[in-house]
Amino acid sequence: MADTLTRAGEPGGPSTRAAPTRASAPPPEEKIAVLRWLRDNLFSSPFNTLVTILIVAGLVKVVPGLFAWGIQNAVWYTKDHEVCRAASGACWAVIGEKHRPMLFGLYPYAEHWRLVVALVLYLGAFSITLMRRFWNPVFLIALWVVVGTAVGILLWGGVFGLTFVPSSQWGGLPLTMVLFTGTVVLGMPVAVLLALGRRSHLPLVKTVCVTFIETLRGVPLITILFVAVNVFPLFLPSGMEINTLLRIIVGMAIFFACYQAEVIRGGLQAIPRGQYEAAESLGLTYWQMTRRIVLPQALRICLPAMVNHIIAAIKNTSFVLIIGLFDILTATTNVLEDPLWRRFFVEAYLFVALVYFVFCYALSKYSQRLEQWLSAGRQY
Amino acid sequence: MAQAETFQDGPRRGGSLLYSTAFRGVAYQILLAAGVILVGYFLYSNVNQNLERQSIATGFRFLTESAGFDIGESLIPYDSNDSYGKALVVGILNTLLVSVFGVVLATILGGFMGIARVSRNWLAAKLASMYVEVMRNIPVVLHVIFWAAVFRNLPGPKESIHPFEGLYFNNRGLIFAVPKANPAYVWVGVAFLVGLVAAFLFVRWADRRRERTGKFMPTFWPALAIMIGLPLVTWLVQGAPLVWDKPTFGAFNFSGGAVLTPEFIALLVGIVVYTGAFIAEIVRAGIQSVPRGQIEAARSLGLRSGFVMRYVTLPQALRVIVPPTTSQYLSLAKNSSLGVFIGYPELVNVANTTLNQTGQAVEAVGIMMTVYLLMSLTISIIMNLYNRKTIIRER
Repeated sequence: MADTLTRAGEPGGPSTRAAPTRASAPPPEEKIAVLRWLRDNLFSSPFNTLVTILIVAGLVKVVPGLFAWGIQNAVWYTKDHEVCRAASGACWAVIGEKHRPMLFGLYPYAEHWRLVVALVLYLGAFSITLMRRFWNPVFLIALWVVVGTAVGILLWGGVFGLTFVPSSQWGGLPLTMVLFTGTVVLGMPVAVLLALGRRSHLPLVKTVCVTFIETLRGVPLITILFVAVNVFPLFLPSGMEINTLLRIIVGMAIFFACYQAEVIRGGLQAIPRGQYEAAESLGLTYWQMTRRIVLPQALRICLPAMVNHIIAAIKNTSFVLIIGLFDILTATTNVLEDPLWRRFFVEAYLFVALVYFVFCYALSKYSQRLEQWLSAGRQY
Repeated sequence: MAQAETFQDGPRRGGSLLYSTAFRGVAYQILLAAGVILVGYFLYSNVNQNLERQSIATGFRFLTESAGFDIGESLIPYDSNDSYGKALVVGILNTLLVSVFGVVLATILGGFMGIARVSRNWLAAKLASMYVEVMRNIPVVLHVIFWAAVFRNLPGPKESIHPFEGLYFNNRGLIFAVPKANPAYVWVGVAFLVGLVAAFLFVRWADRRRERTGKFMPTFWPALAIMIGLPLVTWLVQGAPLVWDKPTFGAFNFSGGAVLTPEFIALLVGIVVYTGAFIAEIVRAGIQSVPRGQIEAARSLGLRSGFVMRYVTLPQALRVIVPPTTSQYLSLAKNSSLGVFIGYPELVNVANTTLNQTGQAVEAVGIMMTVYLLMSLTISIIMNLYNRKTIIRER
């Protein structure tokens, strides 16, 4: 066969026609595909058969009960908690009944439409940012400036006849969104600087960056929030106050930056020495080299890992429960204080889990696709 | 040579010191140092002024003062008259307890799920991958408070879940029978330690022999037999003393037996289920990183599949698995601080109470951070040592 193929390309080769005929012969037909699949994937060995039987037995025991609880006997819609109490299944009605305080927290009830508009705008801009065909710095920065301003106006109000809502009343999903965006937007430049500093040839710069990164990575996020809430006010001169929300965001951003810096450092280390040498031999200054040669390549290499930490930043917003900022999780916990609906906490938490899951899962799938795309287009 | 010298002197030929890389490097560093010192001094003086103004004491004298609050569960005797220092020690011990159990359980769960993900059994692989995708995309805070809510809403002691004799599960926690203390158990413990050392020495001897002579002998089952057999024999020789301390339902509550509080179980389940998903991913990646050729070569040498796993796949996979697993252990230990959300008295919880009572925020937060830093440092040192052992040895 191999022999035939090598000769096939030569002009006047004897079997130019024979090769394609053989290659296009149909694959052997599988008569009993299902059985074969079952044998290969479930019963390939005695041990595998045992595992399959055990799992199927477990599923048979669990799934019908879950089905009965979650779907068959569930209450989907009611305003009366007694109906839920009487039912033996899940009470999904708690979500319908309580979705406003869960999703929007303490924000004035009549103004919730503003949050919906803000969320739609935000998610729209977010989706556009993820699409490769829009990856144009000028366009993206313009987009985010416009959307950020619009979202800010919608949340705060105070202009265009919108009532003013102080940030202490923000809550729910929009607050989660603000926390997350603030963390990433403030954290990203700090992360880049820390990563560059850690790779610096200047011993003092390096020491400061290493100490900073390693110290913050060694402590839990909660302690950073404690610093932001309890300790930081003591650091300020008397009479000066900084908004709690802002302090939290700065704390989370610094924490995020320390982890992201390590990812970026990985990207920086992956750049061949020759790139630096070439840039230096062209006479570029450090910042020119960093901005035009090093960072574009480094960030591209570590983009998937950076997305993973961005996912972590979404999940980390839930830590604000400790200081009572009303993000979606705190708001839900608060809703469950209602004695009438308290017993349906499983359903409420599952709903919140679903919200987080949708965002994080989508981003993690995106990160995987990004990885495939980047490795496919790698030039070196 | 002359050319090289001119080249080296290049930057200075421009006349200005400003164009010398070396000078600029020194200048940047002096600026940075000055900045750090200035900011540090600014913050320090502000803190002092603010504390003076609010008349909050400074220093660690409060550690010796009476704490005045109770702690729900403690590994050492503690009551509310004891000092803040002792309360913090109780908190640290609880943090360590939940971290140690968490690391062990997360490793088992993650290893199991990771292996299941690469299993040839379609059902096992799919279920494990569902577990990973669902669990790691839900915040760990939600995991912990969800389980806390679940365990708190279990039926009361009267309607305990009672699957078999000596085990009760209710909203007070998991209550189970334990053997009553007996002097013989000390010797059983000693025998277990001796067995552990003996098993370790045996495995090492067998490995050495295999490397020297090429003769293989089974080590897993004999080692297990030594570890279990030795204590068992010691126990039997001393007349097999066994009296169970069973939990009994009194007027309102259980007495006897051992108790795991709902907070402890919730925190443990939450962080283990979450971290387990990450470890599973690491284990999967590690196993898949071993080139197929390695396994095929081992099989074609006629090695049995268990043998291939133990001596070919695992040692190579571990090299990939260990470093990222270290950071998962670290994050698990740090996530044990979530106990503060659900009332498990670990370090952050106790320090938080201390902070609220004494107002000494700087010291309380400082203690939290220092302890976690030391813990992180210890874990990474231990794991680095282990990593050095598993790392590739070039011959």
